[in-house]
Amino acid sequence: MTKQFKILYRTVLILLAVAAAMLAGALILWTIGADVTKTYSVIIFEPLKNKIQIGEVIIRAIPLTVIALGLSVAYRSGIINIGAEGQMAMGIIAATAVALAFPGLPKAVLLPLALTAGAIGGAAWGFIPGLLKAKLHVSELLSTVMLNYIAAQFYTFCLRGPMLDPAEITMGSGTPQSMRLTKAIWLDRLVPGTRIHTGVYIALFLAFTVWLLLWRTSWGYRMRAAGAGERAARYGGIGVAGCLVAAMVISGAFAGLAGAVEVAGVHRRAIEGITSGYGFSGIVVALFGGLHPAGIIPASFFFGLLIVGADMTQRMAGVPANMVLVLQGIIILVIVATRMVLANPYLEDRVRRRYCRLTGRSREE
Amino acid sequence: MDFAVNILALGIPFSVALLLASLGEMFNQRAGVFNLGCEGIMAMGAFLGMLVPYGAGHGAPVPGTFNVLGLLLAMAVGALLGLLFGLAVVTFRAPQGIAGIGLQMFGVGTAGTLFRHFVGGTQSVPGIDRLPIPVLSDIPFIGPVLFSHNPLVYLTFLLVPAAWYILFRTPWGLRVRASGANPRAADSVGIRVNLVRFQALAVGGALAGLAGAYLSLCQVKMFSDEIIAGRGFIAVALVYFGHWRPLKITGGALLFSFAQALQLAIQGQGIDFPYEFAVMLPYALVIVVLAFSRESLLLGPTALGKPFNREMRT
Amino acid sequence: MEPNTGKITSLRVEHITKRFPGVLACSDISLSVGEGEVLALVGENGAGKTTLMNILMGLYRPDEGRILINGEETVFRSPGDAFAAGLGMVHQQYMLVANMTVLENIALGYTRAWSPLALDLDMVRARIDEISRKYGLAVDPDAYVWQLSVGEQQRVELVKTLCLGARFLILDEPTSALTPQETDELILLLRKMTRELSIIFISHKLQEVKNLSDKVVILRRGEVVFEGSTADHSSDDIAALMTGREIHLPRNDAPECEGKPALDIRGLKVRSDRGFLAVDGLDLSVCAGEIVGLAGVSGNGQRELAEAINGLREVEEGEILFFGRNIADHSPRDVIDAGMGYIPEERNTEGIVPSFSMKENFILKDAGSPRFSARSFLKLEEIDRNADRLRTEFDIRSPDTDAAAGSLSGGNIQKVILAREISRMPRFLVAVYPTRGLDMGAAEFIHRRLLEKRMEGIGILLISEELEEILDLSDRIAVIFKGRIIGTLDRGTADSRKIGILMAGVRNDEAV
Repeated sequence: MTKQFKILYRTVLILLAVAAAMLAGALILWTIGADVTKTYSVIIFEPLKNKIQIGEVIIRAIPLTVIALGLSVAYRSGIINIGAEGQMAMGIIAATAVALAFPGLPKAVLLPLALTAGAIGGAAWGFIPGLLKAKLHVSELLSTVMLNYIAAQFYTFCLRGPMLDPAEITMGSGTPQSMRLTKAIWLDRLVPGTRIHTGVYIALFLAFTVWLLLWRTSWGYRMRAAGAGERAARYGGIGVAGCLVAAMVISGAFAGLAGAVEVAGVHRRAIEGITSGYGFSGIVVALFGGLHPAGIIPASFFFGLLIVGADMTQRMAGVPANMVLVLQGIIILVIVATRMVLANPYLEDRVRRRYCRLTGRSREE
Repeated sequence: MDFAVNILALGIPFSVALLLASLGEMFNQRAGVFNLGCEGIMAMGAFLGMLVPYGAGHGAPVPGTFNVLGLLLAMAVGALLGLLFGLAVVTFRAPQGIAGIGLQMFGVGTAGTLFRHFVGGTQSVPGIDRLPIPVLSDIPFIGPVLFSHNPLVYLTFLLVPAAWYILFRTPWGLRVRASGANPRAADSVGIRVNLVRFQALAVGGALAGLAGAYLSLCQVKMFSDEIIAGRGFIAVALVYFGHWRPLKITGGALLFSFAQALQLAIQGQGIDFPYEFAVMLPYALVIVVLAFSRESLLLGPTALGKPFNREMRT
Repeated sequence: MEPNTGKITSLRVEHITKRFPGVLACSDISLSVGEGEVLALVGENGAGKTTLMNILMGLYRPDEGRILINGEETVFRSPGDAFAAGLGMVHQQYMLVANMTVLENIALGYTRAWSPLALDLDMVRARIDEISRKYGLAVDPDAYVWQLSVGEQQRVELVKTLCLGARFLILDEPTSALTPQETDELILLLRKMTRELSIIFISHKLQEVKNLSDKVVILRRGEVVFEGSTADHSSDDIAALMTGREIHLPRNDAPECEGKPALDIRGLKVRSDRGFLAVDGLDLSVCAGEIVGLAGVSGNGQRELAEAINGLREVEEGEILFFGRNIADHSPRDVIDAGMGYIPEERNTEGIVPSFSMKENFILKDAGSPRFSARSFLKLEEIDRNADRLRTEFDIRSPDTDAAAGSLSGGNIQKVILAREISRMPRFLVAVYPTRGLDMGAAEFIHRRLLEKRMEGIGILLISEELEEILDLSDRIAVIFKGRIIGTLDRGTADSRKIGILMAGVRNDEAV
């Protein structure tokens, strides 16, 4: 009965959270005079209307999944990575650099090379705050945010400078973007008529890998222990500092890889705004998915839906696309607030007592 | 000489937004709460600050009324957002770090959404002009550096000693300090720690809102998505390594702003240094300072970041 | 907050019950204090004394029962209500803000000096002066609390409580951190104060109880087991009543310590978090197959000692020889691999990962070992089997091995920790307050297992505050006081009175 009660308790709280988020969002919509029901229906239903749109949702879900998987590794290990945005940018730079440097290599070599470079780029950017925290106790919350801004500047620098498309220079249009990357790096399109690419397989594979790592290996066990009970882990002989750094490296690598996949699968060149907030959306996806691959996959689909839908609301309901950020913010606030409520043993105990009194069941079951 | 005067004269107004937000965050952290959503509150403040003058246009009964209304609106909504944050982290005891990021996203998103709907594009506002103090502003060197700024700058620097007085010489400041340093002790003498935290968050939010409004009304005289550019986060970091003391925080804010002014001045001189790297400097500086500051909580709010629950046995 | 100007002539507590999740802290407790009386509330750790006093001070709400002051029932919704009624408490952990001055700390509660824009610090200063002179308690209002010694801080707490208008004092372990001289001074002071107020004080030091109190109430595991007048009972009687039955479990002869001891600590110095030397030149040795009980009031360096032994705290000076090898300043992993077992003080935060299941907690120290993982992949079946086996063997009550360890009762959590440590076949065990807050059944179970291990030749360092436990289990008893071993007793000659005296810091056996 206890397990049953727990599941009921959790589901009710999560539903309340979603309802609260929608209510708060409705308030903003009302302020700008938008039609609330129309907006929400556009966001939720429009993207599902045809194959192309569903494809758009899926291609957004891919980087979201990969980033959220990496973040869940970090959060479960007790380190809060807010730097996915910057780590993704660094990954894109690395992957693009490789593609630009070795255009002649065959696909079987160049593609994995570029993706690996992306992962390494992100990993390096994640290693810095990890090390700072482990050795100097610098709050990762602040260092990762600062690194985001630094990476963004570096990215712009690269796009306007060393990686600028020579064609842009000759044509004088100056759009900051790299040149179109060789086909050898492209991830193939999967479903004709849509932009869905083989990155889907990568995302699913990584989901499986994360699950395997965290719940089936001794490494993952130690990282989870370091996150769930840092003192007990230390008392148990687990090297917590090492776990933190490893978690940040993995998390950064995933974000970097997500960036490389975006370049290889969708845009086929490095452009401005390519990270388009995936780093932050990834945080919401990770939380919403309960920091577990099984939850992250549907969560990333849901948030991909929100993102595509929000784009459409601009046209169809006159609601700016920034609305998606509003909803994400509220969802984060409500999820972490209710999670604490869930975790509070005193409250749960009191609620269970009342529930048992109401339903007449024994306390001990 | 001119060069130096330029940097100093530029650096001081640059520091206002950072300083206002930091002073607000100082009250938050002294009470035991850190608010990463400061950035989001500043964004809302920036939008609301310019909204009123933009919407109302000209024809104010007294020149500048709409500007003042904009500032007040920014402060009011800022306080409200601070209280909202309090609901999450004080009442529901949510982890302050992630909740702060949630608030930041909410603030930035709402500001962007409302801006695009009500204003749109790159509308600029006349904003608030400089107000040189007669006589004093004519003094060579000191004049342009200290006395030729807009009124908000003067107000902000008057706020520094005021904040010191409030924190160290009033009963409320005493309650705030106790709530962050030893909430159990405060509770044991009858202080309502959670209420004090809500109050501090409201004050912090109001100041953050004002800081944002300063940016849109005085510094850039318009609103854009990138207007805050991380200042909210830097403000949170500043309070940390300013050891929660108004004077040190002011020093830190000035340090960053002078660095920024220096960067602009150097580029103005035509020295070939990539623009983007120069922009990176303040953020990198934050990391470096964080790495080398032994932030000793024993000096300040020892219970920073921990929710208070009387019923919990330690 | 108006101080109560009338005297409190009687305070009664009737049928108070208080529950926390998994723990019954107070069960049907009743007691009363008359005018100018001093009542000693005695009992071991976890007996419910502090909880009861916190209820009296409005920090907790009782689940059942009532409080009567001067015959009238009063309900305290917050500490403010308790102050208004004239109650004042000096807690064991001082409720002072370290980085504020004495003046500011007292001003914190002295709302009469508050006006919206200013603090009338002069008014507070005057009040402090008044109280200091009246009771003979000198304090320096401008000193920062972190600069003061423990004794001075306590004086500040007393002055604070009196400034805020207390007509009834509650003192929680008032002499726990004082030197013998400071203790004597305090007792004299308190006796003088009974002209004006009544006092309840919590203690388990027999000297104080005898010297100061008029009445004694003894609590054990949340219940009142005795109530009576101090003068009518000798300290032996009180000690006996405090520790309960004196039955010892059957035992083997004391072991021969052939060759080197298993654990040999020499001249150990360890710093506490606050920077002072918590362990200050400690020498102790434990042989294989021997249980050495380390008795002492909590806060005399036990925690730092246990942490240093297990590699969790830096060692300033000295050696910790484990089977001949110095393990001081080694990593926790090294110490664990060398064969050290550890049952830590805080079971919920240091012993288990509360959100992990029971079976996951069993492998906390061995996740990477060949037994539970093959090439880094966890051997799930073996982990399950291990969990089932341990659960049966140690009689751990839970629906299944998947239940979150944090949701188990205190006794079962301790069993999980014990099971894990024992099943690892350690060469030595450090057990810190292993039965704190547990019911009799769980405590007895743990004692039995410890004795079993002793018979198998494993040395055990038992750190505890409960004299009964120490007397039951130990072959030798060492008493720790202010970071050093103040005396050792053999099993044959030890009794709770002698230990209690040593715990209070008195070296020679003076007549009590």
